[in-house]
Amino acid sequence: MEFTCKTSKEIGGMGHSLKRREDDRFIQGKGNYVDDVKLPGMLYMDIVRSPYAYAKIKSINTEKALAIDGVITVITGKDLEEHNLHWMPTFLSDTQMVLPTDTVMYQAQEVACVIATSRYIAADAVEAVEVDYEPMKPVMDPHKALDPDAPVLRTDKEGKKDNHIYHWENGDREKTEEVFKNADVVVKEQIYLPRIHVASIETCGCVADYQTATKKMTVYMTTQAPHAVRTVVALVAGHVGLSEERIRIISPDLGGGFGGKVPIYPGYIVAITATFLIGKPVKWIEDRTENLQADSFARDYDMTCELAATKEGKIQAFRIKTLADMGYTDGSANPSKYPAGMFSICTGSYDYSTAFAEVDAVYTNKPPGGIAYRCSFRVTEAAHAIERMVDILAQKIGKDPAELRMENFIKKDQFPYKSALGWEYDSGDYHAGLEKAMNMIGYDELRKEQVEKRAKGEYMGIGICTFTEIVGAGPSKDFDILGLKMFDSAEIRVHPTGKAIARFGTKSQGQGHETTYAQIIAEELGIPAEHITIEEGDTDTAPYGLGTYASRSIATAGAAAAIAARKLRDKARKIAAYLLEVSEEDLEWEPGKFSVKGAPEKSKTIQELVFAAYTNYPPGMEGGFEAVHYYDPPNLTFPSGAYICVVDIDGKTGAIKVRRFVAIDDCGNIINPMIVQGQIHGGLTQGIAPAMYEELIYDDEGNILNGSFMDYLVPTAVESPKWETDHVVTPSPHHPLGAKGVAESPTVGAPPAIVNAIVDALSPLGVTHVEIPVTPYKVWKILKEKGVVD
Amino acid sequence: MIPASFDYHRASTLQEAFTFAQEYGEDAKYLAGGHSLIPMMKLRFSEPAHIIDISRIQGLKYIKEEDGILKIGALTTEADLEFSDLCHDKYPILVDVSKLIGDPSVRNKATVGGNLAHGDAANDHPAVMLALKANIVAEGPNGTHNIPVDEFFKGFFETALEQHDILIEIQIPATKAGNGGAYNKIERKVGDYATSGVAVNLTVDTSDTVVDIGIGLTNVNPVPMRVSRAEEALKGNKLTQELIEKAGKIAGEDCSPTADLRGSEDYKRSITKELTIRTINKAWERAKASL
Repeated sequence: MEFTCKTSKEIGGMGHSLKRREDDRFIQGKGNYVDDVKLPGMLYMDIVRSPYAYAKIKSINTEKALAIDGVITVITGKDLEEHNLHWMPTFLSDTQMVLPTDTVMYQAQEVACVIATSRYIAADAVEAVEVDYEPMKPVMDPHKALDPDAPVLRTDKEGKKDNHIYHWENGDREKTEEVFKNADVVVKEQIYLPRIHVASIETCGCVADYQTATKKMTVYMTTQAPHAVRTVVALVAGHVGLSEERIRIISPDLGGGFGGKVPIYPGYIVAITATFLIGKPVKWIEDRTENLQADSFARDYDMTCELAATKEGKIQAFRIKTLADMGYTDGSANPSKYPAGMFSICTGSYDYSTAFAEVDAVYTNKPPGGIAYRCSFRVTEAAHAIERMVDILAQKIGKDPAELRMENFIKKDQFPYKSALGWEYDSGDYHAGLEKAMNMIGYDELRKEQVEKRAKGEYMGIGICTFTEIVGAGPSKDFDILGLKMFDSAEIRVHPTGKAIARFGTKSQGQGHETTYAQIIAEELGIPAEHITIEEGDTDTAPYGLGTYASRSIATAGAAAAIAARKLRDKARKIAAYLLEVSEEDLEWEPGKFSVKGAPEKSKTIQELVFAAYTNYPPGMEGGFEAVHYYDPPNLTFPSGAYICVVDIDGKTGAIKVRRFVAIDDCGNIINPMIVQGQIHGGLTQGIAPAMYEELIYDDEGNILNGSFMDYLVPTAVESPKWETDHVVTPSPHHPLGAKGVAESPTVGAPPAIVNAIVDALSPLGVTHVEIPVTPYKVWKILKEKGVVD
Repeated sequence: MIPASFDYHRASTLQEAFTFAQEYGEDAKYLAGGHSLIPMMKLRFSEPAHIIDISRIQGLKYIKEEDGILKIGALTTEADLEFSDLCHDKYPILVDVSKLIGDPSVRNKATVGGNLAHGDAANDHPAVMLALKANIVAEGPNGTHNIPVDEFFKGFFETALEQHDILIEIQIPATKAGNGGAYNKIERKVGDYATSGVAVNLTVDTSDTVVDIGIGLTNVNPVPMRVSRAEEALKGNKLTQELIEKAGKIAGEDCSPTADLRGSEDYKRSITKELTIRTINKAWERAKASL
């Protein structure tokens, strides 16, 4: 089913490809990012970081740094300890050092902060701070972290006797075991998704500004969740006098977030403390290497995956056991009840009733994190596991992977579908998606070409991924972060002349909210989108919400906007009935106006009705034209996709060329097709990144080996193939607009499609699996091992 | 990413640059395009107290043929080479190499002279200049002198430039019928240093006999490297795939790569061999087309 626009182009409601209105300022270099904020008397902070992954701090000598002209102070863990601010909670109720008092736990950890009158002086002073360390042997391998003789890293936790953080499991262990025992075919593979980084173009930072006269703390900050930050700061620093009404978090324009701007990093807290103690604004902006080396990582899941099936290839059960390396603290930003996020979506798009999933998380001497990098809480890991395993099964029984998928898909008429691990998939049409992708790419022709190429000794591969996403957290009965329920909000104020401003609890980092939210309100109220200003990110003005990540904005705040607008439309109907002297039932709505049924010449436009709300409203009615709604979704949404990738591999050098990539997405009803396409292009590129380029690499001593963009390989337009995109549309039955969210699907779906294609290309050599990132070097090693190159 | 404090001096003539250089001695560094020096300063790997900016000196930015020689001014940017009609028509190897350096914004600033004077075996021009058998012209307070490219690269980030010398010109024998050159490199992503790079400049006669050959390698040796043994194997012989294969094999054997994040020593030897074979073929194709 295709979506047809209900509104005219002038109104610009859902389905119109409006140009992104925020781009006017971005492409002119007139955006307002945190580093653009310059306040009178502003001081600069820079951070002394640990060269060791694990070391005792014997002493910190700040004398030489303090002697530099322009250095105001150097803040250490001991200084923070005096105010009981040296530790802070993470979102998953673990604890994290703001600054250490005695031990550093990973390379590049913050050790001391210098405050100076210029950025350059601050950098010089960082070099002048002398720290005497006593290095210790770090724990870098998560498997070894669980050895009985492994040193216990979190000695700060009373009674902690090992490095185990939590065990999480879901499903029926015994029943799964039973099915596996009796299965015709069992395939098993160890799949590791390495540590990667979001590498957003803007690094993290803040300008913290405490006004001693008003006792008000304003923090301009790179955060995806400003309200949550305000509450956390109030909870952490309430005892020193920062109560929530005196804290204002402003998240201005953000240059990408992808989950990396959800956590609260030590730098923010020290800058806030410094302005509080000094009474002058303090700016802290990370550089690129600090961002890559110290800010939250993503993935780092080592998964043992097993699939049981009949000999014909009917999937019967899935089992997955995972070891999660969290670094020295659990810095995930997952909902409280879901330490492993939505990992239990790992049963995928297939119809079977038995599964068991478990995750054990451990501490190591790596930076903390475990954030959801452009995926709704561990969905990328889950999709990679099942989509690789389905291909491994197809290879094992000698069946075409498309055919195997078609035979196992949940059918369109089975929705809503209860998955083996308990989710209720809201909607989808997986057969239609894969069929469309196969037609678009010419699947059968490609398979014929592959046969010819193989006969000539050439390596060509075709890879499929048909994933199901789970986004839009979430329903308040199950979803909270630190107890805060995960609803989200919209507030619409329509001015007397029919123009509006709307504010939200979410925060765009490039998603295009200023355009799409206006389109939602235009759709529901008939006010042209261009007459609606959208604001987010200022906790003094925006309604409370938990921010933007996990593809939740459209699913939560977008729904809130639709419902708030509908409340206003109901009010407009009452005013129209009053002005036209008919009953409300006698009125008909078309976008932008109410008219009398059977007498269309008798009508009132929305602009006239809004004006009347201020000038001539019915007796007894409240004046004004404003509404607010806090939306608590009844279920999550389940976008899906069918991706097919074609690769050619150079049999001499291992070079991999992605020849074609077709992506069919089902994100439900589409608000702005152009923005959705942009999201998919960006997401696919961030999918090819971990599949072929990116990985954070550490040596045994805990040194990061690729802590800059020289060696942490973020793909560019040159590396990106031409993305070919299209859609199938199954509207979400429970979302007021039938929308599902889209931003993360391509990042989730692209890596398995690429790896499946590469493995397919190399399968004549007996290859069944390759770990990501699949680099030419890695392929060359396989070619060498198989005797293809010497 | 904040450099240490330094003084900045802008020279408008070579003479002025030499005066600054003599005054500040070893605390001074010349700055041209800045694409090697500035990153090192931002990482504080290099902390010169004085920067002498030579990028505005007039008369050092040209690509011209004169007296049977192609002359390239040292301040010529990579973008100048990339979009030069002369290079496109007669020296495609220079277009090949400039296109593979950095990205467009880097190429707009980075200079050919700087790329060579930095003495980095990972840079791309050294191999190309070895293949082209270039002559490097340097000028110092005591006048100009010529340095054959084979004597230019002395060691790790070390060249034959004397203290205060400025590299002012690169001279390359003008191309003639039967001559063709090519450069290619394998890199992990665009803008990366080469995992391996191969430059070939080849002259054949109408019977495909090799009249002259130069082969240079990028980043598979501590210093920029000429594959002399492969050149000898080809010179005077009629080109065949067997012979090219042999030259490739020699390149793989004679280079001396170091294992790093780009790959093992074996891998680098293997791709150097393959890249040499492909690049000789590309140069041959161009050489034949010029006959």
